[in-house]
Amino acid sequence: MKPAGVPKLNAIGYFIVIILLLGLFWEAYKLLGAPGGAFLRGTVPVVTEADKPMGVLCGSVGLCEVKLPVRADDRAMPHLWDILATIFQPPRRGSDTILLTILLRASLFTLQEAVAGFLMGGVLGFALGVAFAHSGLLERGMLPYVVASQTVPLLAIAPMVVIWLGGSWFSVAVIAAYLTFFPVTINTLQGLRSPEPTAVELMHSYAASSWDILWKLRVPAALPYIFTALKVSATASVVGAIIGELPSGIADGLGRVILNFNQYYATGPEKLWASILFASLTGMVFFLVISLLERLVVQRQVSES
Amino acid sequence: MTGPVVILDNVEKIFGEGASDQVHALKEINLQIEENEFISLIGPSGCGKSTLLRVVGDLIQPSSGVATVNGKSANQARLDQDYGIVFQAATLYDWRTVAKNVQLPLELMQYSRSEKELRTQAMLELVELTDFASHYPWQLSGGMQQRVAIARALSFEPSILLMDEPFGALDEMTRERLNLELLSIWRKTDTTVLFVTHSITEAVFLSTRVIVMSARPGRITADIAIDLPQPRNADTRSSVRFFELETQVREELRISEGGQEPERKPA
Repeated sequence: MKPAGVPKLNAIGYFIVIILLLGLFWEAYKLLGAPGGAFLRGTVPVVTEADKPMGVLCGSVGLCEVKLPVRADDRAMPHLWDILATIFQPPRRGSDTILLTILLRASLFTLQEAVAGFLMGGVLGFALGVAFAHSGLLERGMLPYVVASQTVPLLAIAPMVVIWLGGSWFSVAVIAAYLTFFPVTINTLQGLRSPEPTAVELMHSYAASSWDILWKLRVPAALPYIFTALKVSATASVVGAIIGELPSGIADGLGRVILNFNQYYATGPEKLWASILFASLTGMVFFLVISLLERLVVQRQVSES
Repeated sequence: MTGPVVILDNVEKIFGEGASDQVHALKEINLQIEENEFISLIGPSGCGKSTLLRVVGDLIQPSSGVATVNGKSANQARLDQDYGIVFQAATLYDWRTVAKNVQLPLELMQYSRSEKELRTQAMLELVELTDFASHYPWQLSGGMQQRVAIARALSFEPSILLMDEPFGALDEMTRERLNLELLSIWRKTDTTVLFVTHSITEAVFLSTRVIVMSARPGRITADIAIDLPQPRNADTRSSVRFFELETQVREELRISEGGQEPERKPA
């Protein structure tokens, strides 16, 4: 029996509730700030020791104010309605193009780069995983370098890629692929090794070829592992593409938009926040597409609940 | 075909390297299995009965000695797809339906589409799972899963069926039902069966011969012909001869485990 009165929420319902709660938290935090935003509302200036309110720690002589960890003023944390409003206004005077159009175009452009990088990284990651799974020697010899590659900051790699390949759309995809391939390699390797020894023995008893064992046993068994990695990679590839756009001098993507609004933050903080919103939406859309693909491809046991 | 289906000639298997790490899994194994026999290997855990089954199936190479199957090397027999194999875990592939699991060996052996369908249908009828053809393995009970595994093993009519404690993980009632089912399948298909178990009752009930093994090193200590009449049924288990044979196997196991005659109480 299901308890009455508790509505059953699906994933989308939870997502919306959490978004609303986060928004509520944001605005509630802003309410805590005294005018100016640096201090907790209600903490008062102290003139003498006797005026000091109970339980409040005072920093400097004459003042007793509780400092907020993050300033709550409209510059550091613009109101959500201001962020939403700015999306529907042109960001520059004398232009008719509203910010929404600019952000949608930039997001789509960056998403294309991310998808290209994702595909390149995914294929490379899968190929490396298969190679490592079949050769212990290759794994021992090369895996440390694959791991080491991920310890080099993307910020250092990105300009190198641009120097080698030129400041093009392709360079950005390569930079995104650099973030993408690693989780795919690791999870493919783990997934290919996941079948029980008897599942492999069964194949041997039929005198199955290595090719058949790979495609009829190991790869299907690895698919849930691979999709877990692909979901991580989908969001990572968007981050990689945004970072890759900066040294590539590509002006059409989210990277440049974020950089611009960052420089003019003081005059329009809402615009940067709106860009951040669209950057994360782009990553989420990609993630959702891969999740849907996973549902179509991976035949999974439905949890018995 | 004439001559034994399986001949093991002085088979030895030693696992590990270096004197201290070595495990003598099989020692001086000599065994012949005739066509249509149902042979059970029984012994304490770690006596090498599963290893022996894998040597016959060419899944493990013996350290010395020769395994001959159907008049050729075990390796050739495996390449010729003479083996059907069933493990303790059903080892079904989760991403395949019941029918697709049964078809797996047919697919690998490149049977035609119509032949695949025909045989899958026949096999599912044999194990009485026709209604579950499009179910996934995780939607079935343990006993049903094991019946799918048997259908899969038999789908390409292998000449020898290797079964490694196939009912070991099932409850007693399911096990007894599947024992009856397996006997009826065995009669219908004329397969030679090599069956590993640690259940004395199961071994006696199913087999034409029970091979008793001892542990460390794994050796054959007794070879008991089971002369219970065929076809066997639920009544077989309550016959006097059945108890006699069970007792005989139990005594042999005790001897092999202790390495000596059972102690007599002082008079």
